[in-house]
Formats: sequence, C-alpha cells, structure tokens
Amino acid sequence: MEYTSIKLMPVIIPNTTSTAKTGLLKRSRTRISEVHFADRLFAGILKFAASGLIVLLFSIGFFLFHTALPSIEKFGWHFPFTSTWDPVQEVFGALPVIYGTVVSSFIAVLIAAPLSIGVALFLTEVAPTRISKVLSFLVEMLAAIPSVVYGLWGIFVLAPKLRETVEPALGKSLGFLPFFSGPKYGVGMLAAGLILAIMITPTVFSISKEVFLAVPASLKEAALALGATRWEMMKISILKSAKTGVFGAIILGLGRALGETMAVTMVIGNSAKISASLFAPGQTMASVIANEYAEATGEVHLAALAEIGLALFFITFIVNTLARLFVLRGLRLESQGRHT
Amino acid sequence: MAGLKCRWIISFYSVNFVLNSVAGGLVFGALETSLKADTVATTLINGAGATFPFPLYSKWFFEYQKENPEVQINYQSIGSGGGIRQFLQETVDFGATDLPMSDAQLTKSKKSVLHIPTVLGATVITYNLPNASKESTPSALKLSPDVVADIFLGTLSNWNDSRIKKLNPTISFPSDLSIIVARRSDGSGTTAIFTDYLSKISSEWKQKVGMGTSVNWPAGLGGKGNEGVSGIIKHTPGAIGYIELTYAESTHLPYASIQNKAGNFVLPNLKSVTAAAEAFSNQLPDDFRLSITNPDGPNAYPISAFTYFLVYQTLQSTKGEKIVKFLKWAVTHGQKYAEKLYYAPLPPSLVRKVEAKIGKINIQP
Repeated sequence: MEYTSIKLMPVIIPNTTSTAKTGLLKRSRTRISEVHFADRLFAGILKFAASGLIVLLFSIGFFLFHTALPSIEKFGWHFPFTSTWDPVQEVFGALPVIYGTVVSSFIAVLIAAPLSIGVALFLTEVAPTRISKVLSFLVEMLAAIPSVVYGLWGIFVLAPKLRETVEPALGKSLGFLPFFSGPKYGVGMLAAGLILAIMITPTVFSISKEVFLAVPASLKEAALALGATRWEMMKISILKSAKTGVFGAIILGLGRALGETMAVTMVIGNSAKISASLFAPGQTMASVIANEYAEATGEVHLAALAEIGLALFFITFIVNTLARLFVLRGLRLESQGRHT
Repeated sequence: MAGLKCRWIISFYSVNFVLNSVAGGLVFGALETSLKADTVATTLINGAGATFPFPLYSKWFFEYQKENPEVQINYQSIGSGGGIRQFLQETVDFGATDLPMSDAQLTKSKKSVLHIPTVLGATVITYNLPNASKESTPSALKLSPDVVADIFLGTLSNWNDSRIKKLNPTISFPSDLSIIVARRSDGSGTTAIFTDYLSKISSEWKQKVGMGTSVNWPAGLGGKGNEGVSGIIKHTPGAIGYIELTYAESTHLPYASIQNKAGNFVLPNLKSVTAAAEAFSNQLPDDFRLSITNPDGPNAYPISAFTYFLVYQTLQSTKGEKIVKFLKWAVTHGQKYAEKLYYAPLPPSLVRKVEAKIGKINIQP
C-alpha cells in the first residue's frame, strides 16, 4: 500500500502543476503567435539550443560509459584501487593517476587560495582604484595564456630553476620529511602543482573579488563605526560574510586544476608510480588520457582510458556543481544582508 | 615549419574542393583561377596515421599535387594507432603506421590489407653529458646493447659506472652524476621501435616490460612527444633518452653510436639504416611486415624500422586507380625527397618488390 501511495504522489503532483504551467505557456504562446512569427521562431531556436546542450552532456557521459565497458567488466572495483598500468600486458589500475591528480591539485589549491584571496582583498579594500584596476586586469590576463605556453615555460624556465635551486634548498632544510627527499629532477609533482597554482589563481581571484565587492557597504561601515581597525573590519565584515562564496571560488579553482591537461602533461614527468616525494614524477588522469589515447590500439587499453575519462567527468561535474552552489549561496546571503 | 605549411595548403585545398563542389566553383573559383585544380574534376584521397613520417609525407603530397592537380590528398597525422583505427573503420582511404598491424588487428578487418613500406627511419639515443661533449666530438659516446638495456631498466644509474667508462676510454665522465632516463610519455611508434630493440637484446626487458607503443617503464621521466623528451634532455645534466633521427638532427642533439650484432659501433645515418633493411632482404615476408631492429649486417644500425601505408587489396575504380598511381610514385620518385629530411630511402631491390605488390591491387569497376 505504502508503495503505491509513494508512487502515486509524484504522478499526481506534477500532473496538476504541469497542466497549470502548460496552460500558462499556451496563453503566452498564442499571444506571441498573434504578434510575431519571428518571435516564435526565435524562442524555438533558443529552446533547441538549450535542450541540445543537455543532450550533448548526456551523450558525452553515455559515450564514455559505452567505450569504458570492456574495462569496467574486466577490472570492476579493482580499477581505482590497483596501481599497475601496463599497456603491454593489458593490466590497468587507476590508483597512481588518481593519486597524481589529487596531489597536484591539492598543492595548487594550497598555494593559489591564500595568494588569490590576499590579492583580491588587497585590490578591493586597500589599493587605490587606479592600481586596483590595472592589477586586476593583469591577474585576469593570466587566464588568457594558453596552457601549452604555461607548459613550455614550465619545461624551459620553472623546471631548471626547481632542479638547481628550489629543490636542493627544500631537500636541505626539510629533507627529513618524505615529501622533500629523493633525487631532484625539476619536472615532477611539485612543478605540476606550481604550474597549476599559477593557472587557477585568476579563477579563484576574480570570483573572490566579486564576492568581496558584493559585501554591503553598511556592514563595513558598521564595523568601522564600532571602532574596528581596517584589518578587523576585513576580518569581521568581509571575510566572515564572504566565507561561503570564497569557498566556492576555491572549489571552482580546484575543478580547473583537476581537469587541466596540457601544461601538467608537459611538466609532471609522466610516470604512473606513487611516490611520497613531491620531487618524483607522477601522472594525472587527464595527462594519461592525453598521452596514450592517440596510439592506444588494444580494446581494453582504450576502455581503461575511457573509464578514467568517465571518472574525471563525474568528479569535475560534482566539484563544479558544489562550487556553483556555494558561490550562489554566498552571493545570496550577502545580498540578503544588504536588504536588512 | 615546412610540414606545417604544407599541411595548411593541403587542408586549404581540401576545403576548397568541398566548397567548389557545393557552390559549383562560382564563388571560390574566382579566388583560384591560377590553380589548374579548378578546371579538372578533382579526386579527394583521405589518409590518416603516423606522425613520424609526416614531414616527408606532406612534402610528397605537395610535390605530387603539383604534378597531378586532379588529385587532392588530405592527411591527418593523428598517430599510428589512430591511423589503424580509422583505416579499419574505413573512414579514410589509406592509413599510415610505424608498426605493422598485428595478426589480431588484421583479423578484425573484413577485407585483405596491404602494407606498403614507404621509407625507413632511425631512432637514436641522445644524451646530456656536461663534460663529455666539450672535450670530444658530440657523437663520441659509445654504448653496447647490455649497457643500453641496463640504463633503461634503471639498474645502471650513474655515469661513473665502469662499464660505460670501459666503452669510452677517451671521454672523461663526471665523478658522480645520476643517469636520468627520458622517454616518451605519449604512445608512439618511436617507443614501439625502441622497446622492440630492447626486447630483442635483453631477455630481462622482454620479460619485465615487453614492446609496445606505450609500456610500463621501470624508470625515468616521460616527456610528451619528441619535443618533450628532447626538452628534458637538453635541460637535465645526466639525462639520456631516445628520439627520432630527424628530430635529433634538426635540434642538434648529440647521439650515441651503438654496438650492433656484428660487434661494430655504428652511428645512425642513411647508409647504416639502409644497410639494416638490406640485412633482412632475404627474410622479408611477402606482406613486408618485419621488424628490422638488431640486424646482422656489419655496418647496420640496430634501431630502425620501416614505416608503412595501409591500403586494402581491393579498391573502388576511379579513386583506386589514383591511389595506386600515387603509391607507385611514392616508392619510386618520392624516394628522392627522403634523404634531405633524414629518412632513409628503400633499398632498390625492395622498391621492385613493393612495386610488384602495388601492381597486384585489384580495381573494382
């Protein structure tokens, strides 16, 4: 009995609402058709485009799933938890690339988040407007640089610097930690994390800036009126109320770091092994696909790459959804603050 | 750069071809009155595959189109694996691959497949030794098969190793410098040729790693493409890796001479690569699918390979005739363009065999 009632409920409710809605739509539609054929045509085109996007999204997911089937059937749940990646024997485990993706993105967020939030706070609250405009523009310009250029810069400038100065210094001072031990190659996990940090800075920065700007002036004035210093005002009024939005900005940056391919592939050293040292080469989900897809001939090999693609698709989908929810919620909270 | 330019021109032609057939040549015909292509009915031939011979292939298409304006060849260098896939799905008229198709792949094809060898290419071992290159000629480093295998297995990992010193008494090696292996991270025919060689000279390699376009490397850093590997080598003292001869020549990287089966140290060049092909001329199977790494000849360079066009045994009439004509041109007239781009031309004896093979292609009316 319970089952049927549960099943009936959603049938009844959407029915009533949908008839109400279509009734409304019908009315407006007839009005439009009376006025202009062009309007109706345009609305149709827009609807087609909008639904096309959704169809596209689902078909990408379906395509990946379909291609990945042989690998899903062969490796099952072992796939994300084993670490052999051997195209010759057709044995595939995704653990090293998942590890590489997580660690490189984590390094990137660890560096980029404080940096971009600091810059955003400085440019919205401290710097004179003129400087603020120029600097904002420059930081946002970082997003316009193609990732292959970042990669080249990584190989030719960053990696040699890391190998000659940064990594030996880290090894000397913090070498007792497993993260900073082992041979120094220049290219590797650390280089990938640093490149990613630079690449996601504009994303985190520009959204944080928007969120800070959305904080109502009344909140800031209230803090100042109560005798807060400038730093206390930023802490109490801005950072506190912008917390959710800034968190969203960081996650959005994370989403970009997870999926970044070209620059990472060029500097990470591409070795499907798990090593505690950040100096060691690694491999990410996106980079293994970019590396091996073009020449993969074995059916299982192709399927394993598609399965990694599918996993990446879902992870970035979820991360981006979360981020947008946080940013939206943050902005809404602040605008509510403004009204009260 | 020349390759890029040619590719542009090729794609430009093909776009124009499509537009011409759609617009009846009315709109775009005016733009290219100087091109003969406009007045003759053109045949578009599509190909896809190997990147390794692409510089030569684009030169071929360019020259061939100058001579035969009625044919437009559009080639996408998407890699051997992609070339084989597209060829099997019959979305292209011919494929191109550095590795001959495996028996398993051949059984997937409903039609009978022909391998047409086009040229030969060498894979070289290049390195970055800060002291050595100053004191001696850049190509002086000598390596024996066991040393090469142990370096890439990761078991020989310092330049001060006595075995390396013994092979190279004239070079003063740094007292303590780690050997850093650089290899391709992307699947590639070059990797297949190199791992094929390693599998032949080292049973340990064959057992642990094997051969393929991507393998589970026991050691080293992966760079994407020839440019990625040479980037790592150029900027990492102590690095060693493998790239195509063409690429080593154009980037002026030093390369090692390698001890061949006869015991001689041989540098990769057109002669030693052709010698490798000649060493196998008696064992060459009828379908030309043969690995020529680790050859017998006294002057043969041990790491080289054929690169192939793939076509079906039976082709459709008009287009098929054009393809056959082009293939014949490529293995005869086309060979003269190979040397300048550091590919070794096919030995003359082989050219005759390949020509005979092309002659056997059936044209379906």
